[in-house]
Amino acid sequence: MKNYNDLILRTMTQLIAFILLGFSVYLFFAGHNSPGGGFIGGLMTAAAFILMYITYGFDNMSKVLPINFRAVLTIGLLVATLSGIGAFVFGEPFLTQTFGYFNLPIMGETELATAMIFDLGVYLTVVGVTMTIILTIATDQKEDSQEQAGM
Amino acid sequence: MLEDFGGELLEWTVIVCLVAVAFSVVILLIRIIIGPTNADRAVALDTMGINLMAFAGLTAIHLVTTKLNDVILLIGILLFIGTIAIAKFIEKGVIIDRNNH
Repeated sequence: MKNYNDLILRTMTQLIAFILLGFSVYLFFAGHNSPGGGFIGGLMTAAAFILMYITYGFDNMSKVLPINFRAVLTIGLLVATLSGIGAFVFGEPFLTQTFGYFNLPIMGETELATAMIFDLGVYLTVVGVTMTIILTIATDQKEDSQEQAGM
Repeated sequence: MLEDFGGELLEWTVIVCLVAVAFSVVILLIRIIIGPTNADRAVALDTMGINLMAFAGLTAIHLVTTKLNDVILLIGILLFIGTIAIAKFIEKGVIIDRNNH
């Protein structure tokens, strides 16, 4: 198991993981007008993380990426809910979205939408749920005593 | 006259290609079900994903849109990770290693 030759996988992961993370950011910001959005962006980020987990193993990755994904899931749900509750401040129904055009210093006139905040919540939730499910299955191990007892 | 002919030729080519790709997916499904070894199933699944990319590309030509290019890239990336996972499972029996195993 230790003398396992995966030079090609390790070399390609260094390149492809960053392409995946960049593509996920692009998909996240392309959302609500063209294909993309929080869900598929989060799925791409989770795919990049899983590729790194497959290549480098669980113990190395928990040192490199010390993120508790259950906390990410909770924060995402909280952000999405608060972006809906924020509409109450302006006397609008729950989850009302709006957008406007602003002059930003570098990017010029840019469209900013409040749907982006909701999308951020969806993004964090999808990353948290996907990584929690896959890491829970991957790190599951049965105790030997239970296995012998037929449980 | 010539432009009409070109448009019609493209339309028929896309339809014939879609039928051929659909037939290929059916054959690959048979290979996935009866495949003697798991390696055969892995290769067949990989090829089926490539056929899905072909579906998306042909649909983009048929609908004259560029919105589906992201979908093709997305299917390719997920297919790559899935194939790596299957290959590692066949070779080592575990996908995400842990040191205490």
